[in-house]
Amino acid sequence: MADEIKDIDDHSGIETTGHSWDGIKELNNPLPRWWLYVWYGTIIWAVVYMVFMPAIPALPGMGTNTTGLRNHSDRDLVAAAVADLKEARVEQSATLLEASLEEIETDRNLQQFALAMGESLFGDNCATCHGAGGRGAIGYPTLADDVWLWDGTLDGIEYTLRHGIRHDDDLDTRFSLMPSFGRDNLLSTDQIDDLTDYVLRVSGQPHDGAAADRVADLYQQQCASCHGANGQGDRTQGAPDLTDQEWLFGGSRDDIYNTIYNARNSHMPAWQDRLDDASIKALAVYVHTLGGGE
Amino acid sequence: MGQTTLNIHPGAGSGGPTPPPHKDLYAKREQIYPKLAHGKFRLVKWVVMAVTLGVYYLLPWIRWERGEGIPNQAVLADFESEKFYFFFIEIWPQDIHFLAGLLILAALVLFLVTSLLGRVWCGYTCPQTVWTDLYIWVERAFEGDRAARMRLDKARWSFSKFLRKFGKHVVWLVIAFWTGGAFILYWHDAPTVAQGWFTGEAPLSAYWFAGLLTLTTYFLAGWMREQVCTYMCPWPRIQAALTDEHALNVTYRYDRGEPRGPKRKSESWDDRGDCIDCDQCVQVCPVGIDIRNGPQLECIHCALCVDACDQMMTKIGRPTGLIAYDTDVAVAARAAHQTPPKYRILRSRTVLYTLLIGAIGVLMVWGLATKATIEANVLKDRSPPFVQLSTSDIQNGYTLKLVNKLAEPRQMEISITGIEGLSYTVIGIEHEGAAPLELPVEPYGVDRYRILVSAPAGAPQRQLTISVRDVDTQETDTNRASFRGPNR
Ligand code: SF4
Ligand code: SF4
Repeated sequence: MADEIKDIDDHSGIETTGHSWDGIKELNNPLPRWWLYVWYGTIIWAVVYMVFMPAIPALPGMGTNTTGLRNHSDRDLVAAAVADLKEARVEQSATLLEASLEEIETDRNLQQFALAMGESLFGDNCATCHGAGGRGAIGYPTLADDVWLWDGTLDGIEYTLRHGIRHDDDLDTRFSLMPSFGRDNLLSTDQIDDLTDYVLRVSGQPHDGAAADRVADLYQQQCASCHGANGQGDRTQGAPDLTDQEWLFGGSRDDIYNTIYNARNSHMPAWQDRLDDASIKALAVYVHTLGGGE
Repeated sequence: MGQTTLNIHPGAGSGGPTPPPHKDLYAKREQIYPKLAHGKFRLVKWVVMAVTLGVYYLLPWIRWERGEGIPNQAVLADFESEKFYFFFIEIWPQDIHFLAGLLILAALVLFLVTSLLGRVWCGYTCPQTVWTDLYIWVERAFEGDRAARMRLDKARWSFSKFLRKFGKHVVWLVIAFWTGGAFILYWHDAPTVAQGWFTGEAPLSAYWFAGLLTLTTYFLAGWMREQVCTYMCPWPRIQAALTDEHALNVTYRYDRGEPRGPKRKSESWDDRGDCIDCDQCVQVCPVGIDIRNGPQLECIHCALCVDACDQMMTKIGRPTGLIAYDTDVAVAARAAHQTPPKYRILRSRTVLYTLLIGAIGVLMVWGLATKATIEANVLKDRSPPFVQLSTSDIQNGYTLKLVNKLAEPRQMEISITGIEGLSYTVIGIEHEGAAPLELPVEPYGVDRYRILVSAPAGAPQRQLTISVRDVDTQETDTNRASFRGPNR
C-alpha cells in the first residue's frame, strides 16, 4: 500500500480508487465511520444469532435445520401458549360442563362466557360453511332464523353438533335421504316438471295449476311420507317444510326441478371427534342465541 | 475561489497532491458551564422547580374516596379497567373526548401564554428545563461553580476528581430513578406498585417504564441538556409562529447598552452604552449563548441573564433592566428615540385564544356536570343483516351494551318502539311481545344483552328507538338503530 503511487483527482483533490471506466474515475470517499461500525456490529450480531438461534435451513438429507444453543422454536412457543390458555380456562370450562344447557343460557355469567367462547369457536369451525353470524348459504342452512330442518332446541342443536348430518363414521348421525327421482329413473321428466309446479303451489308461488293437479296423487305416493300430506315437512326425519319461504337449495322453478331430479343431500361433520365437550356446549348455546333458538 | 462551509469534498479546490485532511462531518458540542445566577428570576425558578417536582413526585400518593371496589387514588390512569381518574373527574372509554378536550385546552393555554409572555413555558416549567436545572444544581454541589468546574475538567485524573465525578453521577442516577419510579405510580395503585416493584411482583411494564424513564432522565438532563431544546424539541420552531413583536421576550436593550465596552471608574457614562462587556450574561446562560446578539432560537427565556446583568448594574450604580422582559416594538421605539408603546395585552390573537379557551372550558365543565351515569350503545348485527322467520316476519339482531357508572347495581327498563307490530326478545330472559322489560345491570361496569327484534314483513319503517331508563332515578338514554329487511 504504502509505496503505491496515489492517484489524486485534480478537480476535487480526492484520491481515486484506481478504477476507471471510459476515462471516468471513481473517487475514494470513505464511508462515515459510525456507519461502518454499525455494519461491523451487524456482522458480529449475525454470528451470535446463528450460534444461539435456529438459522441455517436443512439441506436435503441433512434432517432438520440447525436449532441453535437456545433451542428456540416458535411452534413450541405457540403450543405452550395454547396449553396455558386451556389450563387457565379449565375452571370455567368445568362449570360449563357441569351446568345444563338451559342453566348456561339463563345464568348471566355462564352465558357471557359461553357466548364469547362460542363466538370464536364458531368463527374458526363453522363460519366457513354457515357464514359469519350463521347467515347461511346455498346448501348450508341459515342458523340465525327459526327454520330448523331437524331440531332447534338447545339439546337438538347440541346433538346435531355432536353427530353431524349424514356423517358416515357416526352411527348416531342425523340421516335422511331424498331419492334422485330423475337421475335414478324413478320418475319421468314430465312428472318431475309437474311435481315442480305442485311444490311451487304448496309454497305459494306462481305455478301452472293444471300441471299441479295432474301429480296430486303422485305427490301423495312419493313425497308425502317425508314432506307431509300438506308439504309441511317432518322435523323428526329432517324433511324440509315446503310451505315456507325458506329454501336450502333455492326456491326458483329451476332450483326445485333440479332438487327433485338429482336430490341434494349435504353433509356436516360430527364435531364430537374434533371438539371437547365444553366447546360443543358453548357452541350450542351460541347457535341457539343467534336468532331462532327454540 | 471561496469555499462553502458545508463542503462535502474536503480539500476541494486545492488541486495539489496533498492528501485531504481528515474532517468530521459534525461540529463537536461545546461544553457549557453555566454559572450560578442570583436574583428574582433565579428565585422564581427555584420555587417553580420545587412546586413542579413536588407535584410530580407526590401527586400519586394523594387518596380520593370513590366507593367500594373503585380505586381511591386521586390521579390514576387505570389501563386495566380502562378508566382515568382525576380527583372528582372520572373518564370512561366512552368519554374519551374529555381527554381530547383537555389536551386541546392545554395547547391553547400554551399558545396564549406564549403570545403574552414568550417562552415562559420553556424557561420555567418545561420538564427538560426543570430537571436540567436540578442536575446542574447537583453538578455544582459536587464540582463547584463555573470556574471550578472548568478547572476540574481540565485537571488530570486524581482521586478527588474521580470522587466528585462519581458522586455526581450517582446522585444523578438516584434522581433519575426517582423520576422513573414516580412515573409508574400514575398507572397503578401507588402503594401497591411501589412495594411490588421492590419485591418483584410489579407488572413487567412497570419495570420497563421505570427503567426507560430512569435512563432518559439521566441522559436528557445530565448529558444532552440544551441540545434537547435546540435540536430535538419542535417548540422553538413552532413558537416563532405564536409570538410576535408585541410578546414579552428576554431582550437585550441595545438602545441602552450600545456602544458597549469595558469601563474604568474614572471614565464618564457619556457617549457610551451601559453594557460594560463583563460577560456575566453569557456565563450564566444554560444554553451558552450571548443574548446581546438578539433573539435566538436557542434561548429558552429563563431570564437568568437578566439576574446576572441586574446584579452587575446594581454594582456599578446604573439602573437595572439592561436585559429584561421587553417587546420588540418597545426596544425599536426607544432606539428611534420615541416613547415606547404600552404593552398590549389585548391583541387579536390573545383575544382569540382567550375566547377559544373560554368556550372549550365552558363546554367541558357543562359536559362534566351533566355527564350521564348510564349509557346505552346499540350495535346492529351486520351478518346476517336480517333473516326471515317461518312466520314470514323479519328479524334483526342487536347487541345492547349497558354502561353503569355508579357503584351500585341498577335496574334498567328497556323499551323498543318505532315499528308497528314489533316484538322483541332478550336472550336468556323470559319475555314476549313489545312490552317494556327490566334488565339488571351490574355495578360499575358494562353489561351486554343480545336482543332479537322482529316485525311483520311489510312494515313501512326502517328505524327503531331503543331507550333504557333507570327504574329508580328515571335517568334515560335513547338510541336509534336501523331495522333492515328485504328490499321491496
Ligand atoms: S440568553 Fe438569557 S434567557 Fe436566554 S437562555 Fe440564556 S440566560 Fe436564559
Ligand atoms: S451582564 Fe449586562 S453588562 Fe455584563 S456583558 Fe451582559 S449585558 Fe453587558
